[in-house]
Amino acid sequence: MPATPLFELVGVSLTIDDATILDDVTLSVPDTGITVLLGPSGAGKSMLLRLLNRLEVPTAGEVRFRGEPVSAIDPLTLRRRVGMVFQRPAPFPGTVRDNLLVADPGAAEDHLAAALRDARLDARFLDRSADDLSGGEAQRMCLARTLVTDPEVLLMDEPTAALDPDARHRLERTARSLADGGRPLVWVTHDLEQARRLADDVIVLVRGRVADDDERARFLADEWSDAAADPEDGPGG
Amino acid sequence: MDDAAIGWGGLALSLILVAVAVGLSVWQGLRLERDMLWASGRALVQLLAVGYLLVFIVDDDTPVAWAWAWVVVMLGVAAVTVRRRAPEVPDVVRLTLVATSGSALLSLFVVFGLGIYPIVGRAVVPIAGMMIGNSIGSIVVASRRILAELADRRAEVEARLALGQPWQQASKPFVRSALRTALTSQIESTKAVGLVFLPGAMTGLILAGADPVDAVLVQAAVMYLILGCVATNVVVIGLGLTRQLFTPDHRLMRLARTGGPG
Repeated sequence: MPATPLFELVGVSLTIDDATILDDVTLSVPDTGITVLLGPSGAGKSMLLRLLNRLEVPTAGEVRFRGEPVSAIDPLTLRRRVGMVFQRPAPFPGTVRDNLLVADPGAAEDHLAAALRDARLDARFLDRSADDLSGGEAQRMCLARTLVTDPEVLLMDEPTAALDPDARHRLERTARSLADGGRPLVWVTHDLEQARRLADDVIVLVRGRVADDDERARFLADEWSDAAADPEDGPGG
Repeated sequence: MDDAAIGWGGLALSLILVAVAVGLSVWQGLRLERDMLWASGRALVQLLAVGYLLVFIVDDDTPVAWAWAWVVVMLGVAAVTVRRRAPEVPDVVRLTLVATSGSALLSLFVVFGLGIYPIVGRAVVPIAGMMIGNSIGSIVVASRRILAELADRRAEVEARLALGQPWQQASKPFVRSALRTALTSQIESTKAVGLVFLPGAMTGLILAGADPVDAVLVQAAVMYLILGCVATNVVVIGLGLTRQLFTPDHRLMRLARTGGPG
């Protein structure tokens, strides 16, 4: 019997102000490793990610989390089970500790330190002002803030888009260690090289649809001409 | 009280200042002469119409129900005025009606329920007018600030929602900031009263021949009422509008000032 997917989308469409963002998308995300949602800008990747923690709701179709329709899960509970890190870090006012306590006001000090450690930040950061962090540090703090809720899965919406190459690679290594530690990730990017470095599975989106085999091969071959175009690298075809 | 009446001759003389304004507009090429003349004429016609109606409403022989009917009309006009000044605010007419009705009820209860003034048309109409009139500006400022804060700080609001915060909590820092902005101007003008400007009620009473200290007592009471009224309006608008901007499943709706995520 096949394992229950982490997420399933069945006939999902999303229309905003008469614009079709996603069109009859059916796919499943495996419950392990890093699944990369890949595609050109405007393909609907970020919106698809936001459907997974119900920051958006589909116009048609159904989204399931571990077999259960997300519409049947209390949205606040869902969002603590399905953590999200956004494209640009959004630090809240105050110290790093203040930020982490927003996620769980009753969290013990060692829990906060553990979240920072998982995001590859030293516990001494707790007393630093969130405004004084570099872009890479701020994004790691946002990751740690999300980890404070102890989510079962992490959604990463182009989290390295605003980072320099060094900070980008460090965050990628952090993502890998989190995934290897048993926490699956869904990572959105338009960067083929990054997908190649990170992906255990790849889903290619083109113009609001899951790319068919031809489109997928063409998209990957255009800018990703070596072994990464291997058609066995994902379920998203 | 006769000293306070300026008569038609006095009114005609005051038109000299309108002529000065028109002359300045011509001299500077502002092309506002027609607007100035139209505004001056229209204001006179409106005030005369209201004045003649008020003669009837505040007459001691007229049932006070007419005064309350006048208050209802003022509430409606206030709601329409707010919609004109803040058209981007969703459902603003209903929200304004709720806010101004609530604050008017509260302030009128204090004034009339506690016996500060007797319930007569001569008191009901001007006091309600001051409450409702002062509410308009504060409602416009509060609602526009809330919209702007939530649109500009969308990323932070959504980061809070994504941590599992309910909308009430996720929006709180931003709504609080907007409400502070809306209330601060009223607090500042309350502080400056008497030092910087003499407010309308007091000026009117002194011009009408009242003892200045009596006029001050009336004005102080009016200022306190306006402060309470504005605070009530701002909070009601804050709660009501914020609720409108989120869905029941805790999502921030798309707002005019910013695009959503790509």
